[in-house]
Amino acid sequence: MNDSTAVSTLNDDQSSPVVAGQPQVRRLRDHVIEIISDSGEGAQKCGQSFASIAAKMGHGIWTVEIIPAEIEPPARSIEGASGNRIRVGSFEVANGGDEADLVVAFNEQVLLGRVRTGALKPGCIILLENKWRHHQDLAIVAAYTSTYDKLVADGYRVYEIPMEQVCLQHTSTPQRGKNMFVLGMLNRLYHQDLELAREQVAFTFRSKSADVVDRNIKLLQAGYDWVGENLDLRFEIPSAKREQAQIVVSGNTSLALGIMASGMEICAMYPITPATSASHYLSEVFENVGGLVHQAEDEIAACGFAIGASYAGKCSVTITSGPGMALKQELIGLAAMAEIPLVIVNVQRGGPSTGLPTKVEQGDLLQAIFGTHGDAPRVVLAAATIEECFYLPITARKIAEAFNLPVVLLTDANLATAQQPFARPRLRKDWFAAPVDQSAIPEGEAPYDWDHTTGLHRRFTPGQPGGMHTLTGLAHDRKSRVAYDPATNEEGLRHRSLKLAAFQKTLTVPEVCGDANGDLLVVGWGSTKGVIEEAVEQVRAEGQAVACLHLTYLQPMASGIGDIMKRYQQVMTVEMNWGDRVDDELIDSENRRYSSLAWLLRARYLVDVDCWTEVQGQPLKPRSVARVIRNKLTKE
Amino acid sequence: MFDPIEVLSPSVSDLDDEAYSLDDFEGVDSRWCHRCGNNAILTAVQKLCAEEQLAPEKTVFVSGIGCSSRLPHYMGTYGFHALHGRALPVAEGIKIRRPDLHVFVTTGDGDCCSIGAGHWLHAIRYNMNMTVLLHDNQIYGLTKKQVSPTSPRGLVSNTSPHGAHLEPLNPLAATLGMSNISFVAHAVDWVPSVLCDIIKQAFHHRGLAFVCIMQRCPNYLPDHFEEYIKDPERMVLLTHAQGLQVEDAVAKRFKHREEHDPRDIDRARELANNRERVPLGILYRNPDVLCYEDVRAGVEHLSVSDKISALEREFDKFTVQPPS
Ligand SMILES: Cc1ncc(C[n+]2csc(CCOP(=O)(O)OP(=O)(O)O)c2C)c(N)n1
Ligand SMILES: [Mg+2]
Repeated sequence: MNDSTAVSTLNDDQSSPVVAGQPQVRRLRDHVIEIISDSGEGAQKCGQSFASIAAKMGHGIWTVEIIPAEIEPPARSIEGASGNRIRVGSFEVANGGDEADLVVAFNEQVLLGRVRTGALKPGCIILLENKWRHHQDLAIVAAYTSTYDKLVADGYRVYEIPMEQVCLQHTSTPQRGKNMFVLGMLNRLYHQDLELAREQVAFTFRSKSADVVDRNIKLLQAGYDWVGENLDLRFEIPSAKREQAQIVVSGNTSLALGIMASGMEICAMYPITPATSASHYLSEVFENVGGLVHQAEDEIAACGFAIGASYAGKCSVTITSGPGMALKQELIGLAAMAEIPLVIVNVQRGGPSTGLPTKVEQGDLLQAIFGTHGDAPRVVLAAATIEECFYLPITARKIAEAFNLPVVLLTDANLATAQQPFARPRLRKDWFAAPVDQSAIPEGEAPYDWDHTTGLHRRFTPGQPGGMHTLTGLAHDRKSRVAYDPATNEEGLRHRSLKLAAFQKTLTVPEVCGDANGDLLVVGWGSTKGVIEEAVEQVRAEGQAVACLHLTYLQPMASGIGDIMKRYQQVMTVEMNWGDRVDDELIDSENRRYSSLAWLLRARYLVDVDCWTEVQGQPLKPRSVARVIRNKLTKE
Repeated sequence: MFDPIEVLSPSVSDLDDEAYSLDDFEGVDSRWCHRCGNNAILTAVQKLCAEEQLAPEKTVFVSGIGCSSRLPHYMGTYGFHALHGRALPVAEGIKIRRPDLHVFVTTGDGDCCSIGAGHWLHAIRYNMNMTVLLHDNQIYGLTKKQVSPTSPRGLVSNTSPHGAHLEPLNPLAATLGMSNISFVAHAVDWVPSVLCDIIKQAFHHRGLAFVCIMQRCPNYLPDHFEEYIKDPERMVLLTHAQGLQVEDAVAKRFKHREEHDPRDIDRARELANNRERVPLGILYRNPDVLCYEDVRAGVEHLSVSDKISALEREFDKFTVQPPS
């Protein structure tokens, strides 16, 4: 986001230019569009296709899946909304934005569900299937008309559209075909390229017969034409010129691609939402690049399996989410103690316990860093974007192997299913790990010859003549012999800890986004980056001196963060994990439980870091974060 | 799938003139109690390694936590002394990555049948090529005499001062009840020649060979196995042309002997379930059972450029070209 004043003018109704004799065309900087239906009615396919076309036209996009909690919720139910939210912009869109500007709904009940969760902007445009108005079941008619009347009374701009009725001219199963009709509608509404849409439809149905492709292209055309004849709404979002090829994938697919590109060859897992879809894709293709996915009997076994594979060869990975992460902790301690490289990916969801299994939260930072017994140093890093979901597994493997320790990579449910294009990576040979070292160990070398300064040692792998030793989770000396004497135990702890310092020396000072000094610094980590940056830009555009800092490395943290914080009057983290609210009666400075990153920053830098958090299972919205920043600036 | 070794290490046949001796398989000195049954098991595996001329660098002993799980430290091979109950998943990870390594697992009755019980059942089903030795002393040794799932009913321990409440879990019957089993045997530490023979056959079996060994714990359960040692009614020796063949001198020590075809699963289950007269020998063997690593190792070794082209093809699926 560079110029946010432009956003408000461009998105402001009054200033929209009217083209004489033509439908009014509103030029927009960005728009948030939702397409929702009962599950199985194809709203997701429609949304994904619309987003792909937008990406091809050079728009920035961010898409979010709308998934009901149940696999097959009853039809026309308030909790049953299934579909997609797409934010389209003339810039690199880095988050899902605020509430929706336009919603296409296949029935009024799923729409009502979205209204109740606060997903719609006041005055939002609604394109609503109207077949329910003429339904033979009078209860349905009543539900439809009362909802319609209420929405209109509440100021929503509702357009009733005879979707299935029009589709009937082209298909005998309009319920299954109307998603492509809607795609055609949106194509016209947003001035998209119809030819690209035809290609997209052909691609979507590539495995189907020519008849099916044909019928869907007709439906697409019908939607396009219907808008031309009946609706006087038009939007135009200027597209950015882009030189490079991009890939459009969800965070979990990106993660899976990153794992394959990292040279790791074994991924052991146990199914858990929202991590599973990464394993689904990996299971499908990993063997093509010489790897495999092992579905173990539980998370503990998955972690043990990955550790065994790492020990005998190259670094392996285990993917999970919060509850599974908790189960793996004892073995993560073993990997730290015995100094075995291991990558653990935690796609965070709401907790504790089973919590909000399909929704986003950043509740696992402290368990990632401290979650096992004893002192078990590991590196923890967090992906902030879909692109980082690709690159960070490569980094994680490198760190794990260079320093012989566990590396935790945090992503979350928001990144897992969201899609955002990024430049197609150029694969590098050195990402693919070198072959397993099987050379003989020179006489006199010990399996834990810790370097006194860095704590590093050369790992011996089975198969290496002369390297025989028994690796153990018990306290051990340089020869890996069990040792209970006080000095040896401290020697091990010291060297394992030193490795984090050695690694920390390789990190560069993170960059601040916004004013170099000023009234407020907002610090964040993980998937909130795009939202926080956009919010900070909004407030800066109002003349305030604020900035944000986003941390990729949470353990250890780079040097220089303390100095950065000193340049601002106030520092506050914005996170999606629980922090006590100061206006709660019992909460004071003696008992307030801060959010995770705030704890860490306060402890290390002795700075009075405040925190603002939201844990509603939804991605943060730029507008709410901007409001929080304004409040913080006026309060003090 | 993987190319396990890209640097050749000398194979046994190159080493005729410097063949491995028993000493090569000795690690640090054993700290087990005097007369502990684990010593016999250690000797048996060291003997196996020497007889089979296993390259020490190609051999890995994996264990959990317990007295019995100390065994890897006493070997001159590679060893992985993991966590309580977690030896099997670690061993599976090693084997999938490195089918070229000889993998052994040593585990206690608490380690295998209690905290690691889930892994145990699944390991049987994965049937990866490894030898699993269950040191069944029917007590928790390392943590000083607590009741174990295999402790007989009534056994007095520090956590069952009035006697164990339940009937014991029977590791042989449990294993034989699993699917995809391929090798199940029962041995005792006090008949070392039979122990050695069984371990040898277990090692040569392709698949997961599960050997349950009655192991004496002189410290906490001094006379616990005496009835089996003294009373000829309590054991039956299983022999067969396709199973164990025992020298007459040894066989004569057993009043009850049975010709048991190790392919006969029904009889194997009957023998396993007879707590009055426990079997000694190979209860079940089926060399044709599917091994997990075989069905998962379908992909040929790929060069880095092959991998890169395969990955590029994946990227193609998701690529959006810039607007023209
Ligand atoms: C997670 C965990 N729980 C408990 C222990 C304590 N512990 C160590 S060994 C053991 C049981 C040992 O019994 P067994 O497996 O029969 O081995 P034995 O010592 O008899 O050979 C227990 C409970 C542990 N090390 N880790
Ligand atoms: Mg025991």
